[in-house]
Amino acid sequence: MEIVDPKSRSKRTRKGVKLEQKYTHPLQFFHTPPTDTISLQEFEEYAVERLKVLKALDTAGVRHVRGSDKYNELVEKEIKKTKFGPILRTDRRDDEFLQRLDHISHFILRLAYCRSEELRRWFLQQELELLRLRFQRESPESRQDFLRENNLNYSPISEDDKRDITPELIAASGRNTSQAHTQEYFKVPFVEVLDLISKRKVFLSDGFAYVPREDMISILLTHYRAHLSHSLAVTCRALPHLEEDDRLLPMVCGLSKRYVGKDYTSKKTNVGQITADMVEMLSKQSFPMCMQQLHESMKRDHHLRHGGRQQYGLFLKGIGLSLEEAMTFWRKEFTKLIDGDKFDKNYSYNIRHNYGKEGKRANYTPYSCMKVIMSNAPGQGDYHGCPFKHCDEALLAQKLRGQSLSKEHIDKIMTEVKGGHYGVACTKHFLAKHGGVEEQDINSINHPNQYFEESQRILRGDKKESLKPVPNTPRSQYSSSPSQGTPKSQKIPESQGTPGGQMSGIEEMEEDDDLMMSLDC
Amino acid sequence: MGDKSDSGYDPASLPDLLPMYYRKLFPYGPYFRWLNYGGAPKSYFTNREFSFTLKDDVYIRYQSFSDKQEMEKEIQKRCPYKIDIGAVFSHRPKDHKTVKAAAFQAQEKELVFDIDMTDYDDVRSCCSGADICNLCWPLMQIAIKIIDRALRDDFGFKHMLWVYSGRRGVHCWVCDEVARKLSAQGRTAIAEYLSVVKGGEQQTKKVTLDDPIHPSIRQSIDIVRQHFHDYSIKKQDFLGDEEKQKKVLALVPDDVLRKTLEGDFEMGSNSGNWWAIIEKREKDCVSKGSFKASHHIVEEIMLQYCYPRLDVNVSKGVNHLLKSPFCIHPKTGRVCVPIDIEHVEDFDPMAVPTISQILDELNQTSAAAADDSGKKVKDYKKTSMGEYLRIFDKFLKGLESTWSGKILKQSDENREF
Repeated sequence: MEIVDPKSRSKRTRKGVKLEQKYTHPLQFFHTPPTDTISLQEFEEYAVERLKVLKALDTAGVRHVRGSDKYNELVEKEIKKTKFGPILRTDRRDDEFLQRLDHISHFILRLAYCRSEELRRWFLQQELELLRLRFQRESPESRQDFLRENNLNYSPISEDDKRDITPELIAASGRNTSQAHTQEYFKVPFVEVLDLISKRKVFLSDGFAYVPREDMISILLTHYRAHLSHSLAVTCRALPHLEEDDRLLPMVCGLSKRYVGKDYTSKKTNVGQITADMVEMLSKQSFPMCMQQLHESMKRDHHLRHGGRQQYGLFLKGIGLSLEEAMTFWRKEFTKLIDGDKFDKNYSYNIRHNYGKEGKRANYTPYSCMKVIMSNAPGQGDYHGCPFKHCDEALLAQKLRGQSLSKEHIDKIMTEVKGGHYGVACTKHFLAKHGGVEEQDINSINHPNQYFEESQRILRGDKKESLKPVPNTPRSQYSSSPSQGTPKSQKIPESQGTPGGQMSGIEEMEEDDDLMMSLDC
Repeated sequence: MGDKSDSGYDPASLPDLLPMYYRKLFPYGPYFRWLNYGGAPKSYFTNREFSFTLKDDVYIRYQSFSDKQEMEKEIQKRCPYKIDIGAVFSHRPKDHKTVKAAAFQAQEKELVFDIDMTDYDDVRSCCSGADICNLCWPLMQIAIKIIDRALRDDFGFKHMLWVYSGRRGVHCWVCDEVARKLSAQGRTAIAEYLSVVKGGEQQTKKVTLDDPIHPSIRQSIDIVRQHFHDYSIKKQDFLGDEEKQKKVLALVPDDVLRKTLEGDFEMGSNSGNWWAIIEKREKDCVSKGSFKASHHIVEEIMLQYCYPRLDVNVSKGVNHLLKSPFCIHPKTGRVCVPIDIEHVEDFDPMAVPTISQILDELNQTSAAAADDSGKKVKDYKKTSMGEYLRIFDKFLKGLESTWSGKILKQSDENREF
């Protein structure tokens, strides 16, 4: 794609749009980048319009269960406000402008959102959801066309074959008999429908999954995910070569920065103000429950397992604990059980790694609530995760009573927990802990570090800082957008995945490979 | 039991024993035959990462070898306390500093699983932590059977290598081509599919089944059922005292049923009878339709107590390292030997030879056969490692049958051009 500065070459831009790209289907897999010439102005405008769409999907997904009526309603309302307005309608087949907008904006955002794992994850998730939404609204013929165009055309299994395995098909999909009899099933290699596999929502035999027609979108999304994930990684690697262009880079950077919201990497101003000795006091004062839980179990066991060390360690980094202080902090606690030598060998690398001093030297950011809730669920021996999601209700209620919260407050919190609204439950917990604070005084909690900062702010007696307008951010879990009013009760539903939806937390992107060691036995 | 084996192994002697083990007994031949995968493509072995843990936990990553001889030489030179096998990379791992970090990519690896007895501490009453005994080892037998069946029947994999980790668990290496080429998502999806027991220290009830029960879980339940009486009731006596009963009752979400059972348990009896009562009471509730939703309480309890607990993080990444077969566990001195999937019940971790034992055996046989000038027999075959090498050989033969066809095809193609 050629980008033109409107000042120098403005004559060519508006009229010189070449429609080389022939769009054969209203949906696209985005295999080839656009080759048009566009102005810088358009460049930015297109990107911003698409971001609005992606942001709408994100917001709706946080507030409602994906695929529900309320969700669809909200998404439609928001998308209508953008230049992508007609995208969910099916009578816009030959809308060349829309397809070009779709095509170009997608590739611009790829540039902007390939630069970190967090950005890629967000972009990938929203783009997958957008394709899912659009695909579902196509006519059966159109869907078939699109699958065929992308070489994903399968034929249904015969009635005879189906009869042999009907009981299994019923049990695997949770459908009643009559539906299984009328459904068409497709036999596909299991790697084509990984999201159905991971949720155990399909019958699997000898390497083949038997997929009902309505779940065939899973194949499409699996391919699209793999394609986009790969492309983002490739783009990321190619990006340094683009950095010579001083017109594009600031804009691309701006796009992701302006729209990604706060990531709570340790602020320069904070670092050094918090020392290892202060953590104990702060944990009682201003830590969210998930971090209190980690802190307490570490004090008790003088140990934390890997998942816990990551979640807690990055949080502490985010509140301003420097590397040196972090080292002091962990060492002091762990060496009550093991000797200093062993600590240095087994744990100090890990801590330096989190501060970007080892391995690929990435500067890791603290986990958001979304990440804590959706990925790496705690297993045997683990204390990490979100207490509102990963704790038995009875035990949670007991812990809350242990914090001497009033029954009224506890009931409110437990109601949200039962409804699967963990972020709201945490916000209610915040209010219960900070007497005199009203719901409108704070943003609803969506990041453990936000909980901490809000708490510290209130203890200092500051005004609500988030009332200053924050630009349209797609990361609705970070801050609210003025255009949509302040979402006071953002809800993180228990199940984000829908049949054919995304696989949460499954990414192709490189993991912290230096840490991926089996340290057992 | 655990570390203090009666096999006469002394951890302090390991530095003296390892050089001998690596010189005389480590099965380089079969080991190379496995990791070379028939030499197609050739880079499969040369680009494979090995990492060594040396004395005092000195840890060196990104080792690689150009052929069997070099591997042999390096292992004998370093005498690692532990060898880990990593991924096949885009470049030779030992050259990784000479290529751009972004270009140095993990491309393939066996799909691996790690099952560790420490993860079962809340459901075994005999030992805890790194210790194992005959009363809890059946958990590993059940785990192997369930995972192996699912990998075979559901996913269509054929070449699983099961290995004893030397102390308290087992590893599985799935070596089919499809498995080796899996993306991180693919590995994660399979690990999720196989994970049934979920939740951390803050969650008591860790198994909740859908209705109807997925066919794969049904199969797993059948396997658990075959072992449940002998393992849970006889060996673990899992309802044997009040505390144990409380733990089981905490898994019954239905208030009415739980109250009824609490009453039942007040009458003295034993695990077997109490379990029969639970089964009967649940059946009554289901047939009366008194549960609000359909529950599978009996199955859920069985699975929480017996279903394999995978360390999914080991399985997810392409480049996660896992301890190699035929290592020596430094604490127990036991060899990480293959387990015969057809005779899982016969495998006794306590009978696995230690390094000192096999070196003794070797000394005795070589003394006896000193003047026997017959054809050369591999040293490991003269020791009790021999039987485990036969299991490994059987696994290799299966693997080789898949690639021999491919190599033939390749050489045919070469001839044409």
